[in-house]
Amino acid sequence: MEIQPDSPIVIIPAYQEERSIGRLVRSLRERYPYDVLVVNDGSTDRTSETAREAGAIVLDLPCNLGIGGAVQTGFLYARNRGYDVVVRIDGDGQHEVEDIPKVLEPILAGRADAVIGSRFLGETEYRGSIPRIFGIRFFRLLVNVTTGYRVTDPTSGFFAINRRLVAFYSDHYPSDYPEVDAYILMRRLKARTVEVPVRMYVRTEGKSSITAFRAVYYMVKVTLSYLINCIRRFG
Amino acid sequence: MNRVTIFSICASAGFLLYILEMVRRRKLREEYSILWLFGSAVILVLSLKKDWLDGLAHTVGIVYPPSFLFLVGILFILLILIHFSIAISKLHQMNKKMAQEIALMKEKTMGGTPGDPSIGP
Repeated sequence: MEIQPDSPIVIIPAYQEERSIGRLVRSLRERYPYDVLVVNDGSTDRTSETAREAGAIVLDLPCNLGIGGAVQTGFLYARNRGYDVVVRIDGDGQHEVEDIPKVLEPILAGRADAVIGSRFLGETEYRGSIPRIFGIRFFRLLVNVTTGYRVTDPTSGFFAINRRLVAFYSDHYPSDYPEVDAYILMRRLKARTVEVPVRMYVRTEGKSSITAFRAVYYMVKVTLSYLINCIRRFG
Repeated sequence: MNRVTIFSICASAGFLLYILEMVRRRKLREEYSILWLFGSAVILVLSLKKDWLDGLAHTVGIVYPPSFLFLVGILFILLILIHFSIAISKLHQMNKKMAQEIALMKEKTMGGTPGDPSIGP
């Protein structure tokens, strides 16, 4: 496989997504010339086989590492193989595949180091549950106050990053709920971030990694991890 | 010597010997035994030398000397637990790195072969 300069790779972390991953990988392969990497986070169903049959490169983790560890495995792959841009999307069909060019464009044009797809910019049809919206508002405030970035969707898992961030994230990526924490890392690197409007849907298959029961734990843990990252050194 | 002193001496001496035996049989790594050994030694000494215990308790303002012994014991337990949390975090990190390496290596060696029966949980 010959890797072109500026060639993007699409990374999809997947855990028990056999029902949606095949369709997603196929629609990516049909639309774009990019490599598609599925990081199978220790699924016990047919996620890995389905993704492979649909034309994805598949990394099988021997045990479940959680979303951050899985995504980081993808970054390691991209860094080792010399891809210049990574697009990361969810494996459950939440993110609109057609919006990938919007997320890629500012990076390919050299205007940004990280482009985050926001479900709240522009005309939005997104309707989340009340706790979810509350959580997003809370993290939005936290990120905006501490970093100075103007962020509307701090928990978005639909983003693209360039080589520099891929290399950094390969060594330092938060493990559990990484998107909010990542803003601190980007701030540290003085990364140029841009948000672009994207479409997101309420999940069609499977369950969200954030159940209502865990929402409070999630908020406390992310806040703690975030504040500690503010005072941490990265060697 | 009163009964509580004898009990305290026997318990801490027995504990010290048990730890040493575990290290000797390689069931406990030296690294993890240091805190246990040090803690039981301190408690043993304080049980043997009652006047040292009284003096120390007095210095820190504890009226009832045996509670100073409890305090020392509890502080050691806390230290050991923190030590374990750190050790677990380190293992967690190493485990994550290994899982990632395995996934990358599997792809490198068997990449493209569909339906690879991965190592089951």
